[in-house]
Amino acid sequence: MRFVAPLLIFLALGLLLFFGLGNDPRYVPSPLIDKPAPEFALPDLFEPEKTWTKADFLGEVYLLNVWGSWCVACRTEHPFMERIAQRGDVPLYGLNYRDRPEDALRWLQQFGNPYARILSDADGRAGIDFGVYGAPETFLIDAQGIIRHKHVGPVTMQVYEEEFLPRIRSLKAGAM
Amino acid sequence: MKTMLLLLAMLTLQAQAIEPLHFDDPDKEAMYQQLTQELRCLVCQNQNLADSDAELAGDLRREVYELVQSGKSAEEVKAFLVQRYGDFVLYRPPLQKNTLLLWAAPVLLLLLGLFAFWRFLAHQAANSSRRPQADANQADPLDLLQDEEP
Repeated sequence: MRFVAPLLIFLALGLLLFFGLGNDPRYVPSPLIDKPAPEFALPDLFEPEKTWTKADFLGEVYLLNVWGSWCVACRTEHPFMERIAQRGDVPLYGLNYRDRPEDALRWLQQFGNPYARILSDADGRAGIDFGVYGAPETFLIDAQGIIRHKHVGPVTMQVYEEEFLPRIRSLKAGAM
Repeated sequence: MKTMLLLLAMLTLQAQAIEPLHFDDPDKEAMYQQLTQELRCLVCQNQNLADSDAELAGDLRREVYELVQSGKSAEEVKAFLVQRYGDFVLYRPPLQKNTLLLWAAPVLLLLLGLFAFWRFLAHQAANSSRRPQADANQADPLDLLQDEEP
């Protein structure tokens, strides 16, 4: 009888720690979900004299992928970005984060460019406004400019089909 | 000992020399130091902004510096970062619904400990009163071998 209480405490602690093992300590929940995307005014990577703002993207559901030529995981993610762009469910835009434009252009030349437009955020300020803490990150933004989902780390086809596609479908259904 | 002190002094000098920042007001400088100590780097999560060498931490230090220089209060700087990165950036979490247990846990655990201690004492007292020793000098040695429980 006297062992019951310590045993219960031990089991409860064990269960708590066991389930804690499954959590990803690097994952930080974003407070920006279901909030309007931050305002930005960023140069186009290919035509630096041209500036894109948030208003240019309103009116359609789109994906914004944060990447950099220095980012190893972005290289892993690249083939999946190509496939997502080919599927064409929604437009895929790139945010070139903390990168030198010449490096970014060389990277695209080498591996191919899956993005319909690329914004250049060389000093990472727009990244901070978007709460970026590690590339690659992918945002799903709706026609009203509200962030609906964010994935940190490479988006694979499985991640795309499980996390993005259902949301894209319901957003598109709602918009019609 | 002297060499050690000298080495230590050199280390601190070096640490400060990495990012020379100029503040127009010593109060702002103190606030900047305080804030970068209290804000967490998101890349190396067990370091604060002041200690972290990650590029993002450098960007965030620059952001904090500019906000402080432009006359923003410590609360406004924290709000700026919380809005973008969530409460996670604060090493000192705010007292709110989802952190209530976190803040209450030390008190609860202390009370639990006191309760367990009190029960232990009560148990002991009950045991000794139930079996008063006839003669303290000639205690039955078998008594000492017996289990506490009657």
